[in-house]
Amino acid sequence: MSMTVKAAYIPVDSLRRNFAEVKAGMKPKEAMEESNRCLYCYDAPCIKACPTGINIPSFIKKIASGNMKGSARAIMDANPVGATCARVCPTEELCEGACVLNHSSKPIMIGDLQRYATDWAIHNDSLLFSAGADNGKSIAIIGGGPAGLSAARELARFGFAVTIFEAKEQAGGLDTYGIVSFRLPQRISFWEIDQVRKLGVDIRTSTKVGIDVSVEDLLAKHDAIVLAIGMAKVPILGIEGEQLAGVYDAIDFIESTKAELREDLIGKRVAVIGAGNTAVDAATCSVRLGASLVKMIYRRSREEMTAYDFEFEFAKQDGVEFAWLSSPLRIIGDEAGNVTAIECQRMSLEESEEGGRRRPVPIEGSSFMLEVDAVIKAIGQLRHLPLIEQLGLAHKRGIVTVDTATYQTSNPRVYAAGDVVFGEGQGEAMVVSAAQQGKKTAYAIYNTLVARREQHG
Amino acid sequence: MADLRINLAGIASPNPFWLASAPPTNTGYQVQRAFEAGWGGAVWKTLGDPIINTSSRFAAVHFNGQRVAGFNNIELISDRPLEINLKEIYETKRRFPNHAVVVSLMVEPKQEKWHEIVKRVEDIGVDGLELNFGCPHGMAERGMGAASGQQPDLVEMQTMWVKEAARTPVIVKLTPNITDITATAKAAVRGGADAISLINTINSLAGVDIETWNTIPHVGGKGAHGGYCGPAVKPIALNMVAECARNPLVGVPISGIGGISGWKDAVEFLLMGSTGVQVCTAAMHHGFSIVEDMIDGLNNYLDSKGLLSVNELIGKSVEQYSDWGDLDLNYAVVARIEQETCILCNKCHIACEDTSHQCIERHTDENGAAYLKVREEDCVGCNLCSIVCPVEGAITMLEVPAAEMPLSWNQRQAAIAALGNGKDSDNPGKKEAV
Ligand SMILES: Cc1cc2nc3c(=O)[nH]c(=O)nc-3n(C[C@H](O)[C@H](O)[C@H](O)COP(=O)(O)OP(=O)(O)OC[C@H]3O[C@@H](n4cnc5c(N)ncnc54)[C@H](O)[C@@H]3O)c2cc1C
Ligand SMILES: Cc1cc2nc3c(=O)[nH]c(=O)nc-3n(C[C@H](O)[C@H](O)[C@H](O)COP(=O)(O)O)c2cc1C
Ligand code: SF4
Ligand code: SF4
Ligand code: SF4
Repeated sequence: MSMTVKAAYIPVDSLRRNFAEVKAGMKPKEAMEESNRCLYCYDAPCIKACPTGINIPSFIKKIASGNMKGSARAIMDANPVGATCARVCPTEELCEGACVLNHSSKPIMIGDLQRYATDWAIHNDSLLFSAGADNGKSIAIIGGGPAGLSAARELARFGFAVTIFEAKEQAGGLDTYGIVSFRLPQRISFWEIDQVRKLGVDIRTSTKVGIDVSVEDLLAKHDAIVLAIGMAKVPILGIEGEQLAGVYDAIDFIESTKAELREDLIGKRVAVIGAGNTAVDAATCSVRLGASLVKMIYRRSREEMTAYDFEFEFAKQDGVEFAWLSSPLRIIGDEAGNVTAIECQRMSLEESEEGGRRRPVPIEGSSFMLEVDAVIKAIGQLRHLPLIEQLGLAHKRGIVTVDTATYQTSNPRVYAAGDVVFGEGQGEAMVVSAAQQGKKTAYAIYNTLVARREQHG
Repeated sequence: MADLRINLAGIASPNPFWLASAPPTNTGYQVQRAFEAGWGGAVWKTLGDPIINTSSRFAAVHFNGQRVAGFNNIELISDRPLEINLKEIYETKRRFPNHAVVVSLMVEPKQEKWHEIVKRVEDIGVDGLELNFGCPHGMAERGMGAASGQQPDLVEMQTMWVKEAARTPVIVKLTPNITDITATAKAAVRGGADAISLINTINSLAGVDIETWNTIPHVGGKGAHGGYCGPAVKPIALNMVAECARNPLVGVPISGIGGISGWKDAVEFLLMGSTGVQVCTAAMHHGFSIVEDMIDGLNNYLDSKGLLSVNELIGKSVEQYSDWGDLDLNYAVVARIEQETCILCNKCHIACEDTSHQCIERHTDENGAAYLKVREEDCVGCNLCSIVCPVEGAITMLEVPAAEMPLSWNQRQAAIAALGNGKDSDNPGKKEAV
């Protein structure tokens, strides 16, 4: 199978345009019409379908009534990263999927209205919350992604002294570095970080726990710790040629598009291995970086693809191609050590004996070559095992074990939230669930360190 | 956070939002739920001699897909025994000592009847009384409600009887089914009313079923006129409130009612002279929780205006409400169309062409693109185009420099009279907007 290479030169400023937010915000008239369409249901199913339980009819009513600040507050009160979620939540699986109007008309565009209200707050630079009176307790949060920020915001409102330790230069986690700019511009994440910082939360960036500060130090100096470090890099494929120049980790690759846009993929052919959310993002990023051909390689079929339907549609619209039922065998390079091709083999799906997902098995003698210039690996993420072990926490293959009501770990002074507890049927890797878990750790910490004590006088 | 507390003629309430006397305030269970949801006060469903309500009572007018633009009912006053109501009022007040519990009353126009009910109600401990002279249906046939509310002398007399017995503040609720609302408002004040509330519902027939030819609603094939309320009546209510607020012979606090659905409506009523507001239809349409945005929206509005208390709004627009004869005849506005925002629906053009002053021209520019332009010298500033325009900001009404000094009709007439030539014959009579 050979591919034709489009010889193209795309100036970097058009690349930049490719990475500008794809979807326009609602116009005032649209927002007015849509907000007035909401029925203001009682005990509304949309609220229950939101992992953070945003009072959706209330925030929509406030848009209709012209109480924009109140609307933004209603959203951000329940979800400290509500502006991000307005853009990145799989709404058709969540709130919009549950809207009663699915049955009689079209669901309310809850995500877009949420964006409309939070955009107002961003535009008007509103500070929506204030810190609680100092309660004398101090909490350390490891990781400043959505889970960490959410815990910090709620803890600060309870009056805790909160310090976030963040390894990267900026907080925000994958909201800042992982979710593609054309869906989530960095400034949205920065505003949310700023809302938290303005409550007096000390955010120490470029500070990696386990390297720059020790775990013992944190345990000694703080009353409790929230572990919100997310997940780590993409694992190795374990095939020949993985060390060649032009083979990328999808997370690193996407992160690189958040700062300077690389021009070396213009006109190049890219293979993306995997078919989850990250794989789709890596593929659409490649298209937007000027690649002439982008092919996703997945060992199962369309049906088993874990990316959402809207992501699949988006990728198709961007011209991404798909090689279903194909598995990479080896990556081939030239003498200079650059990728030139990838060899794959065809798979077929067999019912698994345990009755789970159908199992891909290689078809004998079906191998084929794809000429490519780059290979992006998007086959899941590893765990931050060293830190989890330094903390001495119980875990299953790096998935930290928690009590699902309190998010307390095996060390009663350490709580964990977000992607670090995701897996093995526990939670979901979404910004909105990370935010909700962050809130829950804050409530549990408050209940343990403050409320219970007050009750006992 | 501004201070939302109000005090209406001695009745204190944590915020200006009360439930009006109507189905939402029928029982202690409901009023207590309402207070829990945030309502600052409630006027209990009107008490009086026992009546019977019909089955099939309400109807609504839905307008182009929006439900309940207007609401119509043929319900009478409370159909529950007085003793039960009194017991529940007592329990409610005890549970919510800081909320305003006002009781609405309606009895036959007889002195001893009024004395008796006032005494019974005040004995259980309430914050005030509201006299319902306004129910437009059913009760009038018995010489009560609107029947007595339409006659100033009856309003005055009954208010006086109540005041003879009452120890708590007395609010007189006015019916809008009258030509000049200030006539009955003034009568109430002469009778000693501490405050007035308005409006009650407006005589109405919600509709006729074009398949069955029955009235809407109908009771076993027969209908009767009802009372209209909800968003559609707001302008009527607002005018009546304003007329009372600016009349020096009224001069008592006003509780504004009629079509209030959100905090913006409430702000308008406050600006036009209401000390607080009452709500019925909006609560019936959406439940008690709507008060949350009313409070939050009002709070944010006051903050944005830098006001510390809701009381700073009361009556601030009353002075701007005047008579037609005092309007400046030389003031001028013209319509201007913003080409960038215009979506070229041509609605403004046809509105002006067919039904106003034929001054919105349709043009084509050098690239063949259509655009619209107002011939400003012929524009009379009627606002019609900006009213029919579907796009926010596409048409602005711009003030243009006046050709001459401000001059009102009254000033003009006075000047002519002073000249003494008496030759002005175009219209010697009073001019009114029609
Ligand atoms: C490419 C991609 C696209 C995605 N798209 C979506 C989407 O559209 N919608 C959606 O809902 N979800 C999406 N997700 C998932 C979502 O981003 C995560 O579920 C979410 O960010 C998890 O939040 P978190 O706070 O647990 O972890 P993270 O966001 O990963 O944040 C963890 C933070 O901890 C820091 N950290 C790690 N170790 C240390 C240490 N030792 N010391 C100090 N700091 C440390 C990291 O630098 C990071 O800032 C996507 C994920 C990826 C990878
Ligand atoms: C079903 C119904 C019953 C009502 N019953 C009474 C009543 O018993 N006493 C009274 O003073 N007003 C009564 N009203 C009038 C309301 O108190 C209020 O004045 C009117 O509905 C206007 O307010 P709104 O537009 O917010 O509904 C009733 C209104 C409705 C809709
Ligand atoms: S379910 Fe739909 S209509 Fe009902 S409150 Fe939620 S968004 Fe509005
Ligand atoms: S709302 Fe419906 S169910 Fe309830 S009393 Fe009225 S008619 Fe009956
Ligand atoms: S009504 Fe408004 S949008 Fe329509 S043509 Fe006129 S100015 Fe343009």
